[in-house]
Amino acid sequence: MNDSIVWLTIFVLSVFVGIEVVSKVSSTLHTPLMSGANAIHGVILIGAILVTGSTDSGIAVAVGLVAIVLAAVNMVGGFVVTDRMLQMFGKARPIASKPASDATGPSGDAA
Amino acid sequence: MIPTWVQLAYLAAAVCFILALKGLSSPRTARRGNQLGAAAAVGATVVVFFEADLDHLWLIIAAIAVGAVLGVVGAQRVQMTQMPQLVALFNGVGGGAAALVALIELEELTPFADVVPTFTFVATVFTIFVGAVSFAGSMITFAKLQELITTRPVIFPGLPVAFGGAFVAAIAIAVVAVVSPQLWPGVLLAVLGLVVGALLVLPVGGADVPIVISLLNAFTGLTVAAGGYVLDNTLLLVAGTLVGAAGTLLTKLMASAMGRSLVNILFGALRGGSTLGAGEASDRPVRSAGPQDVAIMLAYAHKVIIVPGYGLAVAQAQHSLRELVEVLDERGIEVDYAIHPVAGRMPGHMNVLLAEAQVPYEKLVEMDGINSDFKHADVVLVVGANDVVNPAAKTTPGAPIYGMPILNAGDAQQVIFMKRSMRPGFAGIENELLFDPKTTLLFGDAKDTMGKLLSAVKAL
Repeated sequence: MNDSIVWLTIFVLSVFVGIEVVSKVSSTLHTPLMSGANAIHGVILIGAILVTGSTDSGIAVAVGLVAIVLAAVNMVGGFVVTDRMLQMFGKARPIASKPASDATGPSGDAA
Repeated sequence: MIPTWVQLAYLAAAVCFILALKGLSSPRTARRGNQLGAAAAVGATVVVFFEADLDHLWLIIAAIAVGAVLGVVGAQRVQMTQMPQLVALFNGVGGGAAALVALIELEELTPFADVVPTFTFVATVFTIFVGAVSFAGSMITFAKLQELITTRPVIFPGLPVAFGGAFVAAIAIAVVAVVSPQLWPGVLLAVLGLVVGALLVLPVGGADVPIVISLLNAFTGLTVAAGGYVLDNTLLLVAGTLVGAAGTLLTKLMASAMGRSLVNILFGALRGGSTLGAGEASDRPVRSAGPQDVAIMLAYAHKVIIVPGYGLAVAQAQHSLRELVEVLDERGIEVDYAIHPVAGRMPGHMNVLLAEAQVPYEKLVEMDGINSDFKHADVVLVVGANDVVNPAAKTTPGAPIYGMPILNAGDAQQVIFMKRSMRPGFAGIENELLFDPKTTLLFGDAKDTMGKLLSAVKAL
């Protein structure tokens, strides 16, 4: 089989899998799902590592390092923030009111 | 040649990503799903160092550390109300990373243009352009949600021409870059991508911005997939395609929850200026009352429905609200929360915000489940919400929210709006329900007023 056809096959099948796995999501989870999917495309980090590690040009290395930083922010931040959101869904139902720990945190700058 | 075990490890990671997305679709499995995805991503990041002999190892590791620290700090410090803009930001940097990777690859492949298949250059050019679009679009979205720039549609004469022109120019440059691969058309294409991304998102109005984030998320997914093809990396291809497909479907689901089509969201503001609301406070007479009066209305009702909105969360009043509901519960009053699918600033956002305030899950009723109950409710308490109960969505063709399904708050005996001012909601249009004879307004900061209301109810 031709190489390009293999890639095309993987692509097409992945499209169907991607649609299938989220087709029954409830609107409650739209935000965490978007955030989780967002984290997954952070694997571009792998691409950034590969290109940076295999170039000799100084400028390319510099650009590659920037790409690595950006991709790592995407991947690590994405998974951590999704976990923070989902943590709240799973909490046991408290009887007494609990002081808001996260809610009154430092006035958040999102960077 | 990539070692076989590395390829198998990538396959395992790809399967984990599929299971992660699957897990994220159901409340019980969501957290585990996300953790599985994170584990797979970390594993793949370790494995990549065995794929090839990499130079600049310590620089690479240092850059990963810097990015990881920035990501964790951002993720830990953000408030739940600011979640949409953080997702936009993370998405944007991912798109930017993909575009930079493709630019480097274009430069590296140029000397071998004779032997490299043309389609590889097509994929490279696609990644550069769409990655730049996603980056710029996400940054504008971030700025809008963070209110660094106006949340209202930004339209100027000639915008459609500028957008069309930039787009056509991008295609022309892309063809040049594919036919004779060099760095400069790639750089130019990235710049045009930034322009197109900005012009694409600027005309989108505030309430629609979250849907655009989802769309840009799908875009970034596709760029990562194309990047995977260029780099011969199946994991990137599969992961990117999964996100691209899932993100596209999610965008469609969100848009239909708002009763809008994607075309309408993206280009609606360009087609007719008449769809824009005034965005200013009205001076028509309304009936307002103090916390004591409202406390009496609530305390002697049989059935109360709460409609929470973004304003509630901004004021951090959700904890007082939960306490108020508990007090009402103790008095034997039936209280439910009516959750509009797009309550908050992103679909499902309100569920996150109320979960944070530890409101029991079963008290949150989705729109379809509660809309027929409003006519049996004595009092509807609308806290910091506006557009989701605005009857203009049903009665005013041409209104920006026309066609969006709304909560039928107007069917109740009495409606109480807790509002800071008469300013219109995120969509920028006036709400007729505010002027209805059965409506009472309780002005003030939601947290402050909610506290007063709570003590007034307790005192009864």
